Amino acid sequence: METIHADVVIVGAGGAGLRAAIAIAETDPSLEIALISKVYPMRSHTCAAEGGAAGVKGADDSLEMHFNDTVSGGDWLCDQEVVEYFVSQASRELIQLEHWGCPWSREDDGSVAVRPFGGMKKKRTWYAADKSGFHILHTLFQTSLQFPSIKRYDEYFALDLLHKDGKCRGVVAMEMRSGRFFAYHAPAVIMASGGAGQVFPFTTNGAVKTGDGMAMAYRAGIPLKDMEFVQYHPTGLPGTGILLTEGCRGEGGILVNKNGYRYLQDYGMGPETPIGSPVLKTMELGPRDRLSQAFWHEQKKGNTVETPWGHSVLLDMRHLGEKKINERLPLVRELASSYVGHDPVKEPVPVRPVIHFMMGGIDTNLNGETQMPGLFAIGETACSGLHGANRLGSNSLTDLLVSGKRSADRASAYAKETGRSEDNPTLRAQAEDIVGNVRGLLQRSGGGETTAGVRREMRDSLESGAGIYRDEKGAQATCDKVAELHERFQGIEVNDKSNVFNTDLQQLLELRNLLDVAETVAEGSLQRRESRGAHQRLDFVGRDDENFLKHSLAFREPKGRPRIEWLDVTITRSQPGVRDYSGGKDK
Amino acid sequence: MSKRTLDIEVLRYDPEQDTEPHFMSYQVPCEEDWAILDALNYIKEELDTTLAFRWSCHMMVCGSCGMMVNGEPVLTCKTFVRDLPKDVRIEPLENFPIERDLVVVLDDVMEKLQMAKPYIIRKDPPPENEEFNQPRSALYKFKQYTMCVNCMCCYSACPQYALDSSFIGPAVLALAHRYNIDSRDQGKSERLDILADHDGVWNCSFVGACSEVCPKNVDPAAALQQMKIDGAKAYWLQKLPGGKS
Repeated sequence: METIHADVVIVGAGGAGLRAAIAIAETDPSLEIALISKVYPMRSHTCAAEGGAAGVKGADDSLEMHFNDTVSGGDWLCDQEVVEYFVSQASRELIQLEHWGCPWSREDDGSVAVRPFGGMKKKRTWYAADKSGFHILHTLFQTSLQFPSIKRYDEYFALDLLHKDGKCRGVVAMEMRSGRFFAYHAPAVIMASGGAGQVFPFTTNGAVKTGDGMAMAYRAGIPLKDMEFVQYHPTGLPGTGILLTEGCRGEGGILVNKNGYRYLQDYGMGPETPIGSPVLKTMELGPRDRLSQAFWHEQKKGNTVETPWGHSVLLDMRHLGEKKINERLPLVRELASSYVGHDPVKEPVPVRPVIHFMMGGIDTNLNGETQMPGLFAIGETACSGLHGANRLGSNSLTDLLVSGKRSADRASAYAKETGRSEDNPTLRAQAEDIVGNVRGLLQRSGGGETTAGVRREMRDSLESGAGIYRDEKGAQATCDKVAELHERFQGIEVNDKSNVFNTDLQQLLELRNLLDVAETVAEGSLQRRESRGAHQRLDFVGRDDENFLKHSLAFREPKGRPRIEWLDVTITRSQPGVRDYSGGKDK
Repeated sequence: MSKRTLDIEVLRYDPEQDTEPHFMSYQVPCEEDWAILDALNYIKEELDTTLAFRWSCHMMVCGSCGMMVNGEPVLTCKTFVRDLPKDVRIEPLENFPIERDLVVVLDDVMEKLQMAKPYIIRKDPPPENEEFNQPRSALYKFKQYTMCVNCMCCYSACPQYALDSSFIGPAVLALAHRYNIDSRDQGKSERLDILADHDGVWNCSFVGACSEVCPKNVDPAAALQQMKIDGAKAYWLQKLPGGKS
């Protein structure tokens, strides 16, 4: 095993990881950064984000309003000091991206354009047509190429953390092209490895999103926070789960059921607004949790449309006209036409809720610090308490930047203060164990299980027990199923014995991570006996602030299911209230 | 949804076991609305877990899944079963060394990407606490060249890169051009050396194959043509008395 020394190791080269790397390189070029990613940076899933990034821009908008939208959108599970900091830095970071060349869409006067987004009281979502994440990712990646202190390790699969005396000391990774193992020693490690949508069967998330960073932290004893809060995006294409951005509705698209009726008005998001003149924070511009839940009820009532790919509702954008659709939503048009054969210019497009985002993640504070000194986490893999029980669309792209920058500053300071870590027998033994474990997986045979089989059962179980609506019995069954699958995991054989780009092995390692994440999602769904934001219990209707105005923390237990502890939410100035999406009433 | 069985031949190569690449055949029951990438995943899950290929987003933006399908460099998530005959041959992207099966070695283009200095270079500081003003007309000048997903299909199609891999090639040159013509950039002269060099734009034989295969309509050939004109101008400006580039 080769050893590599660095000052800061970053795991994941998507939006958050790249932003952090640039921040460190800019502030202190003497710090050596090892940027490890299982894919080339431009393949990271940030590229798939479409709609945009939120930051206060207009003269009629304020940080206060962005704060209030985020906190009520998160059903008061947000840590408010994190939200305060986030809204204060949002626009600064988006301007920074502009200076680095991000091709933001423009207003007539040449300033950056903003569009309406769900749950937001003002237009404050900066966008680059409907490829905002793609452009943010490429801008960051290309910008990062000018900094010699960023040393990239593309297509290196991170396996587990190295730690000693309760402090993080590095990570072990496998080079995909050679199968060789590398021990990275560094005083600071930043996890920026994205979410875990692949734990569900039907998701907007790419194949890469297997919760690797969450699982590594979890195995190292760090709790995962609020894992029961999983966001369904209301408008995915049936069949593939491909995302059609909230920007479709921001630009004026409407949702109708099989009778052509705008059903959202029946679910506390009315009265109906004029077609083509969307009103902020109501009807189609309500928050994602509410819209996805409304679909569930419509399906129960028999109001959905049957398509070859299952039940759907219809997203009608015809009234926007071809010119606007081509200018603002060209990717949406291409995706809908190619994958379901519906051109949004000419006909409504079938859509349905689809797993999109994990509000939960590695437990961190505002600085991205975890409970383990030296380990930081940012972006979707982290849970700083920003998004609460339901993330507002366009807050996550901005979070990559804000949390990336802040955590990078802290990690740099920590790395300098702590100094390079020495190689020592404890860490060497730990690294050998990690590698031995992988070799063991590669060599075992005869268990009769397959990666695809166990993965499929895990996904189906998560959907049935931890979907849009949950109950005690279903969640309990999913907890039991995941525990069973953990056992059966031991019986999976890897057919591919090659050292070179062994994706059979990689998928098995990813499944190990998915199963670790799955058990925390299931356990949180079971133990949070209330309904809040994206977590809805049929048997515990309504929010219960007395008992559950708290974050859940899932700790790994060596044997059996995770242990859940509860942590108070930080409230600075907004007391829990009513989420009002009936249009215009809240100020 | 109707099913159709395709006979898919896939190029296989494991450098640890094979002396040379060879084809393996799979019969895949495909749904009519599948992309050919779905068929590869079917093979991986149901028929042969040892097959190696790259993919992630399945929505035409991550650029991972570029391969040769029946001789054409394509994104496999964007190539549909309904448009293919019963016999399908899938190979790794041409003009790149094979790493394993359908996975190619991308080092060469990744290094070239860095050489093009694809980032904003400023001589004056940017505006303080606000964005640059950039009219839509200025944005639309370079916008299409920002659409490249680095799938490398254009390198597979490029006859010049096939002959001589020192040629910087379509995607990277188009990206350099993208920054050169961005109204916020002041770094054009710093990119001139690489681009006007022997391996730069002048080596393009202007066949236009890159633009034909580009799945994102970036049109690198147009970028190269514009750069040649710019380059020629710069050259003659240098020749003027007291001239500078």
